[in-house]
Amino acid sequence: MNHPYWIAYRTLVGKEVRRFSRIWVQTILPSAVTTALYFAIFGRLIGDRIGPMDGYAYIDFIVPGLILMGVITNAYANAVSSFYQAKFGHFVEELLVSPMPDWVVLAGYVSGAVARGLAVGAAVTAVALVFTEVHLYSLGVSLGILVLTAVLFGLAGFINAIYANSFDDISIIPTFVLTPLTYLGGVFYSIDLLGSPWRELSLGNPVLYMINAFRYGLLGVTDIPLWIAFGVVIAFILVLGAVALTLLHRGVGIKT
Amino acid sequence: MTTALHIEGLRKTYPNGPEALRGVDLRVEAGDFFALLGPNGAGKSTAIGIVCSLVNKSGGRVSVFGHDLDRERAEVKRAIGLVPQEFNFNQFEPVEEILINQAGYYGVPRPQARERAERYLRQLDLWDKRRVMARQLSGGMKRRLMIARALVHRPRLLILDEPTAGVDIEIRRSMWHFMRALNREGVTIILTTHYLDEAETLCRNLGIINRGRVVEQAPVAEVLGRLHAEGFVLNLAEPLHAPPDLEDFEFHLADPYTLEVCVDRQHHLNALFVALDREGIQVRSMRNKQNRLEQLLLDLLSDGDAA
Repeated sequence: MNHPYWIAYRTLVGKEVRRFSRIWVQTILPSAVTTALYFAIFGRLIGDRIGPMDGYAYIDFIVPGLILMGVITNAYANAVSSFYQAKFGHFVEELLVSPMPDWVVLAGYVSGAVARGLAVGAAVTAVALVFTEVHLYSLGVSLGILVLTAVLFGLAGFINAIYANSFDDISIIPTFVLTPLTYLGGVFYSIDLLGSPWRELSLGNPVLYMINAFRYGLLGVTDIPLWIAFGVVIAFILVLGAVALTLLHRGVGIKT
Repeated sequence: MTTALHIEGLRKTYPNGPEALRGVDLRVEAGDFFALLGPNGAGKSTAIGIVCSLVNKSGGRVSVFGHDLDRERAEVKRAIGLVPQEFNFNQFEPVEEILINQAGYYGVPRPQARERAERYLRQLDLWDKRRVMARQLSGGMKRRLMIARALVHRPRLLILDEPTAGVDIEIRRSMWHFMRALNREGVTIILTTHYLDEAETLCRNLGIINRGRVVEQAPVAEVLGRLHAEGFVLNLAEPLHAPPDLEDFEFHLADPYTLEVCVDRQHHLNALFVALDREGIQVRSMRNKQNRLEQLLLDLLSDGDAA
């Protein structure tokens, strides 16, 4: 295909992939190292004493959550840091002067975020294989929710970058919003263990739906019906996508 | 003749800020080498920013080669190449990659983008630096990189916002040569610069912006013809210890070897040399005291202030 927009999209995605690949020690390796520690401490040392959860050994139960945690944080980090750096260094102007439509710019950055999310997901899966056996119940559900989750957090990171005016602004959301949501989203436990009102409160956490859908994909068990989980993720993608496109069209944060 | 750029009633008011443009009207014909002049803060970069889709306008119309900016933005963007004032490329990317990516954003297929990148990097003496990270280039090389980048999609209108600021004389001259060659190939060029000798040497027409309005738009030659007087600095072969008798001319003996003379439009230089000869003064060399365009710009801007 030689349509100008397709070429522009491929160029932007290629640039994004080369960017995070060039600095893999900063972008891919940290998640693999952190996850190895989680598996060693929570999976092996503590997990052996916890006993089975939803019918699986504890270390097997936390595998889906830890893989998805890597995907979420890295998809977000890629979009927010890459687009903010482009703003900060003024090379976002290379895109603004070009005839690329806003949706191609957004698709390029989100695809870059998905690529990094999936690369980290693969790295974390490889680490998990060192510690335990990784099950695969449904390839379609697993891949589907992985990609949709990466798209969703790529969009969220992109919107964060649009509003960011300093490097502090791109670390506040990941530290104070994203990390708590992920840890409280059922990475390490089933929400059936929680009493009221914590169980009901947890249902307001969108990350819970993604982790449960992915856990279904790998283990075949979930606290949330699959269609609701996919519905929530797709609804968030549509809303955030519309917000990001509107902001780009108005030039918020990038044009005066 | 086709109009390359047509601006009508262009306005820009920054949020909680001043009115940067107060109804700019400007027309640049295809094939022209046009100077856009004015003091700092006059509105030149804002106007360029709007034309290049980097700044949102508050009112007015812009069209490029007949394409309206509001209705055919993609066509307008394809027609323009911009060399901005500030470095705006990723300093951590290799030089060649910056060009190939930029071509890609304009839909140029990668093999073709590589060929064009090579062509312009060679023409601008950057081919040896193609694999170097952009941050390692000197200031002059970075400016040339931005020119190469602005050309990879083959624009019909090239806008250069102070392209030679901070570069040495040799590079400046080679950039002049390059810009002239581009213009001869049919690329319309709009140049903003504070080096008025640059504008006088290169450009055929000029527009002067002051306080958000175009206060002058005319051929350079016509504008220069309006100069009432020109100042010259004469380097003398022998020292003068007393002011000479040059009754028809205003002059000032700056030092025994330097005589500054003002020649108004009623006199010719021949008359000055006759007077100098009569006084037995030998002139070794001569130069303009002030760039002619600079003198005129100052006159125009001071008229504007008075108004």
